[in-house]
Amino acid sequence: MKGNFISFVKKESLHILRDKRTMLIVMLIPVVLMILFGFAISTEVNNIRVAVVAPERTDGICDAVEKISQNSYFTFCGYINNDDVDNKLRTNEVSAVIVFASDYDRRVALASEGIPTKPVIQVIVDASNVNSAGAATAYLQNILLGAESQQSMFETRMLFNPQMKSAYNFVPGIMGLIFILVCAMMTSVSIVREKEMGSMEVLLVSPVRPVKIIFAKMIPYFAISCIVLITILMLAHYLLEVPMTGGVGGILSISILYLILSLALGLLVSTIAKTQVVALLISAMVLMMPIMMLSGLLFPIENLPKFFQVVSNIVPARWYIDAVRKMMIQGESITAVWQNCAILFGMTVALLGISLKKFNDKLE
Amino acid sequence: MNDIVISVKNLTKRFGNFTAVDNISFDVKRGEIFGFLGANGAGKTTAMRMLCGLSYPTSGSGSVAGFDVMHEGEMIKRHIGYMSQRFSLYNDLTVWENMRLFAGIYGMTKKDTEAKATELLTQLNFLSERDTLVGSLPLGWKQKLSFVIATIHSPEVVFLDEPTGGVDPITRRQFWELIYKAAESGTTIFVTTHYMDEAEYCSRVSIMVDGEVGALDTPTRLKQEYGVESMDEVFRILARKAKRGE
Repeated sequence: MKGNFISFVKKESLHILRDKRTMLIVMLIPVVLMILFGFAISTEVNNIRVAVVAPERTDGICDAVEKISQNSYFTFCGYINNDDVDNKLRTNEVSAVIVFASDYDRRVALASEGIPTKPVIQVIVDASNVNSAGAATAYLQNILLGAESQQSMFETRMLFNPQMKSAYNFVPGIMGLIFILVCAMMTSVSIVREKEMGSMEVLLVSPVRPVKIIFAKMIPYFAISCIVLITILMLAHYLLEVPMTGGVGGILSISILYLILSLALGLLVSTIAKTQVVALLISAMVLMMPIMMLSGLLFPIENLPKFFQVVSNIVPARWYIDAVRKMMIQGESITAVWQNCAILFGMTVALLGISLKKFNDKLE
Repeated sequence: MNDIVISVKNLTKRFGNFTAVDNISFDVKRGEIFGFLGANGAGKTTAMRMLCGLSYPTSGSGSVAGFDVMHEGEMIKRHIGYMSQRFSLYNDLTVWENMRLFAGIYGMTKKDTEAKATELLTQLNFLSERDTLVGSLPLGWKQKLSFVIATIHSPEVVFLDEPTGGVDPITRRQFWELIYKAAESGTTIFVTTHYMDEAEYCSRVSIMVDGEVGALDTPTRLKQEYGVESMDEVFRILARKAKRGE
């Protein structure tokens, strides 16, 4: 009865191919997300408009302004009056104002002789966007103090991502999200659709073993996910220039493990949901939300409240994203993330076991 | 050659305290059109599920196409066809792809499938539509196709679960002509229906009441026995005896 399995795989592939709209969405979402996160949405802050308040334009101040206007992160918007500061910030003409004290030059001179001085520069930042305000302050401090106070205690080196590109951070996160979407959501919806239409009943009266029906469903989605995986990796490497020094083989292996896990999750959802809408909701709320919030995709896990840190341990994406990040950006090999692999493997086995058992129980 | 295709003795199915099917016995001969009637909740579906190898009886025995319902469910599935009103074929596949899928499920070879599918479509005068998507066909055609596809692997018995729901009388008539043709060629038909005019077309009719077989005979003799004109009245008299609710 090998023939019937192949007929099923063919049938499922046809279902997917005929549904052009869904197919297009599945193929396009990863590309759009990659481009969005890679270019449009980024936590890097560029083109911060800066104005300067200076009592008189001394050499020292001119030097500092020169440094700022040459930096690509800043756009120098000219000197303004003390009274204009509030207005300029309020109207969004500038997002930061640097105020120099009148004895700026004298203090800089003292500092260069090694005599500790008090801060002489005030930075007023529009903090309605906390992220960019923080970044702007940090940059400014770097530019102004880095040059002036030679005896800085910190020497910072950014490892693995020296340019601090946010794309590096997002690519693994997108991968963690997309595969749940394609594998878990689409598989569960397609299984539940058969139940809803009544075709599952007809299939169960046929000599095909139910497990075969399920696996035949998973194969085309698995194939699509593999195509998506390769697309994402290519985009990441060639378009966003993510290094992937850890070796593509390792990333592929752990991704395939994660794909199987997602398929098992989809099967589990399909045993719970009775209608396609419910399957969709469960996938979105129970599977996707934790990935967004608790997997380190948007917020670092260390910053979460203790309770959610504990909860995040059962979110598979957390382990996957963490491992991919290490391999993609830090250049670790797969052996360095064996713990993540083991956890994911354990989860996959457990989920497959539970969902297959639930599926079989439901039939009788 | 054994001429009894379905044989059921004291078949019982209990769910907890509830006895869905209570000690039913009957035989169905080869080539017969066996009408299986009953109000909702009378135990029709449960009985049919046991005969299709989908669930196991609590007690009693039965055989379908020579296989034991208690132990050989998987073998039964290979030798029966099944069609239900709820689902008739995949809308996003063509007529031909649907046929190929179900032939494949029953392990037919490519060559056999081609031959049989062409033969069936020619009979229906539908060969020109083989590459049409099923979704664009009228309901009546879908059901006719659904029936021939249920017989594509030449099963000994075909189970039809309310096959003609929602179609007009003319299409129903055509559908029954197909059933007759299949029965003449030796396929046994086991059909449930809510339409009493269809009950008149059956060779024999069983009416289930509260999990038991309330009456079983040819439509003509049933009508005589109850002294009424139509199967509809026979059904009403029996259904009134029911104590179970919906």
